[in-house]
Amino acid sequence: MTEPFLELVDISKSYPGVVALDHVGLAVSPGEVIALIGENGAGKSTLMKVLGGVVEPSGGRIRVDGVERNALTVAEAITAGIAFVHQELNLFDNLDVAGNVFIGREPVHGGPLRLIDRKALYAKTQPLLDRLGADFAPDAPLAELSLAQRQLVEIMKALSLDARLVIMDEPTSSLTLSETDRLMRVIAALKAHGVSIIFITHRLNEVMQCADRAVVLRDGRMVGALTRAELSPAAMIRLMIGRDLKSLYVPPAAPPGEPVLDIVEAVTDTYPERTVSLSVRRGEILGLAGLVGSGRTELARAVFGVDALRGGAIKLNGEAIRVTNPRAAIDHGIYLIPEDRKGCGLLLDVSIAENISLPDLASYLRYFLVNTAQETKNARVQREQLKIRAPDVATTVGSLSGGNQQKVVLAKWLSMRPKVLIFDEPTRGVDVGAKQEIYEMLRRLTDAGVAILMISSDMEEVIGVSDRIAVMHEGAISGFLDRSQFSEHNVLQLAVGHAV
Amino acid sequence: MNKKDLSLLVLILVVGAVVAFINPRFLYVGNLSNTLNQVGMFGIFSIAEAFVIIIGGIELSVGSVIALLGVLFIDLIVNHDVNWMVAFAAIIASGLVIGLVHGALVTRMHIQPFVVTLCGLLIYRGAARYYTEDATAGFGFGASFPTLEWLTAGRTNLLGFPVPHSLVALIVVAAIAWVLLHRSVFGRYLYAVGKNEEAARYSGIRSERVMVSAYVICGGLTAFAAILFAMYTRSISPAVHGSFYELYAIAAAVLGGCSLRGGEGSIVGVVLGTVLLQVLQNLVNLLGIPSSLNFAVMGAVILIGVLADQYLVQRRQRVSTAKGRTQASLAAAPLEG
Repeated sequence: MTEPFLELVDISKSYPGVVALDHVGLAVSPGEVIALIGENGAGKSTLMKVLGGVVEPSGGRIRVDGVERNALTVAEAITAGIAFVHQELNLFDNLDVAGNVFIGREPVHGGPLRLIDRKALYAKTQPLLDRLGADFAPDAPLAELSLAQRQLVEIMKALSLDARLVIMDEPTSSLTLSETDRLMRVIAALKAHGVSIIFITHRLNEVMQCADRAVVLRDGRMVGALTRAELSPAAMIRLMIGRDLKSLYVPPAAPPGEPVLDIVEAVTDTYPERTVSLSVRRGEILGLAGLVGSGRTELARAVFGVDALRGGAIKLNGEAIRVTNPRAAIDHGIYLIPEDRKGCGLLLDVSIAENISLPDLASYLRYFLVNTAQETKNARVQREQLKIRAPDVATTVGSLSGGNQQKVVLAKWLSMRPKVLIFDEPTRGVDVGAKQEIYEMLRRLTDAGVAILMISSDMEEVIGVSDRIAVMHEGAISGFLDRSQFSEHNVLQLAVGHAV
Repeated sequence: MNKKDLSLLVLILVVGAVVAFINPRFLYVGNLSNTLNQVGMFGIFSIAEAFVIIIGGIELSVGSVIALLGVLFIDLIVNHDVNWMVAFAAIIASGLVIGLVHGALVTRMHIQPFVVTLCGLLIYRGAARYYTEDATAGFGFGASFPTLEWLTAGRTNLLGFPVPHSLVALIVVAAIAWVLLHRSVFGRYLYAVGKNEEAARYSGIRSERVMVSAYVICGGLTAFAAILFAMYTRSISPAVHGSFYELYAIAAAVLGGCSLRGGEGSIVGVVLGTVLLQVLQNLVNLLGIPSSLNFAVMGAVILIGVLADQYLVQRRQRVSTAKGRTQASLAAAPLEG
């Protein structure tokens, strides 16, 4: 093995209250393919952002070609030959392939107008296409390319910058199987040219297929590295978990009753060829685990009527219901606490009281007008019950902390007698104290007969709070777990598509 | 009345005082009454515009609609002997239909409101000119509709001051709009959709319906204003009647605290904005400023006003965040301790 040209030594990064990276080291040799794996939130993306010069580490050193620095700037990273292929591609729909590859560096004719030399542009792009074995022309409009082809355009852009290291963030998460195969071949071709690759992935079989080495992160620490000889799905999963989970679990007051919400062979837009069936029973918290992008949020949006259901049915207490918009879901007593609190859950520059009453204004009427006294009164009751920390219910929600904002979203629905509550990441961006209060509230709700479907990517939360877990993998349920089967290992196995 | 409205009122009083000081004719009963008549007519379609701006849209066809519907109204009662009450109802209905079409194009076909209403501006103006063959539409010599004229363009003496009926109409419209916007469920929905359509949808608001309703209300009120203008001018040259009125409406709404991003604005503010614009118009006339500078004066005052407002808002925010921090820590301490 050749000498590493890039070394990260003791890299740490902390944000207020969170240690994202804790003394992580990583060395990259020319032509090496490294898989970076770990659970959601393990620190993979932060580490890559340090390499790309986007995030400045709070400690440690970065050595490039023997030159040591405390941090890289974006420009230094590019000069060092580090290129990024992001999950969301940074391409221009309105340009062609060549225009995208050489954006900002177009060859120009001489003269004051600096007109683009199209001939030279296409001539410079063709060899890059050949190198990757791409099946499209340099002048193909980007808008007509598939996602996989666009990814190749990003890689070409990296190569045109003489990249020595290409970082790919979940490159295969939206690709079909044959497209994934081709990407694997591209990775092999790059490796043969001495280009190094770091790719972040959740798909362990891809790691098996093409990685020289797998580096495992957990809670911001590097917990192990596996050489090609040591690679096996079992070994990787063992390293990814292995943390003692505090038991948060409070058992329900009564065993769960009959199913309240039945999702029968639901089809969503993201995975049109897959179906999802599950049911949530009265008084139970059903955790819905899975990797980011497994289709859980899309399922929740379809059940709540934000997106149209492509197929299948939704039943409430055994009766099929039609949910074509959120109003219909709300009128049936099905409420969603969305993942994107600021974008979808709240009106940020509106008061707590007005946010709480918004979905239920019809019940605050007095002579056709909003009875603000009653509105304030109800909001105060909710503030009391949910312990929303705010000077007054007239405070705008934008000024509250994440936890208190989430409580306001919750308060909207609690004053309306929910039958089914769907939580999408109930405690994202919520501090520890408020988290505990939200968990207690969940249990109180189920004990009052509510059925809760809780989407969560937080392993501690899924295992600690749920009465039962359903795991999704690529748009379908890959398995259900009862409390006796709860373990990080089992959840993770199902999440990556293996049977338990 | 919020702080923004209050500062607008102060601005109006200052400008008014300056004009009155330089040219006392500003305060003559005749001049005030005429100015208030203008305020009445302009105020109604400015409130119409505000509904659309509050949901985050824009309506550019106001002036053309005033021309087209004005022409049609006069034609109906003068040339077709339609009972004026029937004609009145028909014109209002046409306005509502125009609003419905605009709303449907915006929400169903997902065309940007600017584009939809820009096309409306061109189409209605062209239709009005074609319909009259570019001739002036007006009341023939001796034609008279005493009740209608009294209702729309008449004045009633109140303690010696001739109160124009258009102002009375504005007060009624503004009062209803105020209750609707600031006290009713529908008003809450309008603001919610304007602030964050996505969040409004997640709260069960049928945001498309709310948006269409705003355009329909705008169309109806504009039609009403069209009748008032027709009765006031008594003759309409379709090529120029009502031109640029959409800009008066947008200016009044912006002066009144509406954000073109939607979700903000008050009825009191819009009415005060209209008053300020008409006082400025009056100022140009009374101070002997060449009338060609009319728009330039208005533009300059609006710009200065908006800049001053921006400055004050930023200053207030800096003060309140500093204050908010201390308050928050005071409030949090006993709870968490």
